Amino acid sequence: MLRFLINRLMLLVPVFFGVTLVSFGFIRVLPGDPVEVLAGERGVSAEKRVEILTNLGLDKPVWQQYLNYLNDVLHGDLGVSVKTNTPVLEEFFELFPATAELAICAIIFALIIGIPAGIIAALKRGTKIDQGIMGICLTGYSMPIFWWGLLLIILFSNTLNLTPVSGRLSFLFDIDPVTGFMLIDTLLSDEKGSFLNALHHLVLPMVVLGTIPLAVIARQTRSAMLEVLSEDYVRTARAKGLSTFRIVTIHALRNALITIVTVIGLQVATLLAGAILTETIFGWPGIGKWIIFSIFARDYYAVQGGLLLIAATIMIVNLIVDLLYGFINPRILHQKSK
Amino acid sequence: MSNSSTSSRSALSQQWQEFWFYYSTNKTAVAGLIFLFAVVFMAIFADIISPHEPAEQYRQFAKLPPAWMDGGQMQFFLGTDYAGRDMWSRIIHGSRLSLIAGSIVVILSLSIGVLLGLISGYIGGWLEALIMRVMDTIMAVPGLLLALVLVAVLGPGLLNAMIAIAITYTPSFVRLTRASTLAEMNRDYVVASKMTGASPIRLMFVSILPNCMAPIIVQGTLSFSTAILDTAALGFLGMGAQAPTPEWGTLIAENRDLILNAPWTVTFPGIAILLAVLAINLVGDGLRDALDPKLKRS
Repeated sequence: MLRFLINRLMLLVPVFFGVTLVSFGFIRVLPGDPVEVLAGERGVSAEKRVEILTNLGLDKPVWQQYLNYLNDVLHGDLGVSVKTNTPVLEEFFELFPATAELAICAIIFALIIGIPAGIIAALKRGTKIDQGIMGICLTGYSMPIFWWGLLLIILFSNTLNLTPVSGRLSFLFDIDPVTGFMLIDTLLSDEKGSFLNALHHLVLPMVVLGTIPLAVIARQTRSAMLEVLSEDYVRTARAKGLSTFRIVTIHALRNALITIVTVIGLQVATLLAGAILTETIFGWPGIGKWIIFSIFARDYYAVQGGLLLIAATIMIVNLIVDLLYGFINPRILHQKSK
Repeated sequence: MSNSSTSSRSALSQQWQEFWFYYSTNKTAVAGLIFLFAVVFMAIFADIISPHEPAEQYRQFAKLPPAWMDGGQMQFFLGTDYAGRDMWSRIIHGSRLSLIAGSIVVILSLSIGVLLGLISGYIGGWLEALIMRVMDTIMAVPGLLLALVLVAVLGPGLLNAMIAIAITYTPSFVRLTRASTLAEMNRDYVVASKMTGASPIRLMFVSILPNCMAPIIVQGTLSFSTAILDTAALGFLGMGAQAPTPEWGTLIAENRDLILNAPWTVTFPGIAILLAVLAINLVGDGLRDALDPKLKRS
């Protein structure tokens, strides 16, 4: 187990350094002068300019700048946001729970609907039900989610008046952030109705962000189930006279889980990319909206730090997924550690 | 000489027939192909088909609903936007941009990706390690985010958006080609070709590459549809095609404030994106089933 973990970590090291190179290079090649961005539009005198350059360490050779940057990164210093004057790392972790909450709810939504849909499609292979489910999934997979979000706003917020248009919680409530997860925080607080309000705010973004993962999960579940259902042990289980429910839940699903877990791991990047669009549409105060804002505001340090932290998040989640394999299927663990 | 060329031609047509036999059994894939041809036709003859100039502003007809709704007019079938521009004409012209953007992204990422994949699979060693680590790095960042950052560097615009998206798609082609190349390398026909003194270039491009094409074609089709989605997403975020250009994502962005009082200006461009992407995905699924020898038996 430990050896497996170390092997995986070793693979991540070059990728992490690659990403630091990219995020370092990003600031070097940007159009515009970093000094001007810092000093504002009015410009600076030549002496002040030299001072800023020295302060930022921009007067040193590029390789030395990179080593300094790497040193700062490894010490948890990702620079200070030019626009808000707060450390980038602090800003990221303040906003991260909002995105995490949205992404986790979206993946749960996708799993709760996607897995049963895939199982039903597999059991009813070739029928109208199967074709219907797969047709809906392909439509979901082809969905421009920014448009899907707007469409749901037109329908549920403007026409039916069922859900709010943007934000995480109505201004009427004042909730102390404990975990940063609004659903948990509102439950912990004693303000009546705040939990339902938070849930109302969450529903549409969750559906929008979960649409593509749902389609992918349903398709993968179907094909994994089809494969497993034709295995000998399933036939044996059938011959023993077990109910279809028992065969599916006890025998088939557990073996189809490996594929499904892989898909969830691959969907993390999709979720974070989708969060950029979803958060922009629904005014959700998370990482996605923040990074778009930073790009438009030319807040280079925020974009640089955000890029690195998002990549790190994905790497960590994928590592956890890799470890999960080991628990679901011990064979993988033994193969790898040989 | 002529004999061998006719026999190879008939072999090719037989291959094609076999492919079409498997492809045409999938009715939805055929439907997707027909719809895709319709979109291509629309894009090529956009100037003839569209009833109005896409940029022409009929100020007195601003925010007109579609023809079948109250107050709609037949001459503006899908209604008009805030400036009185005909939505139908803008969508037709948008198909041109989306198809071109999708094609260029696929051509760029596929050709670079296949080349790098062949090199890293065939040559191996430190070159392979270097290429694969660079690709791992690109894949470590979500595609849309990387594209956004690249566009921030290159400057907003449709061309830069295409380049940025192409870069984010390259790794999947590299990995796919490398894996197939590694699988083909030790096959008898490659070894035999090597023994007869074929040059590495000939081995890579004439012997190995044609046998790796099936998964690459499928991946290319699927990338084509996601490229259209990503181009539209960048346009929507204001980092792709810029405002007066009738690109589908940009159309949604510029009419976003109208979703309350003129929802059709947002709805129809989105339906256009959805249908085009859906059609391409249907074709992609059909291609995969027709080209994948494992599934042919079942």
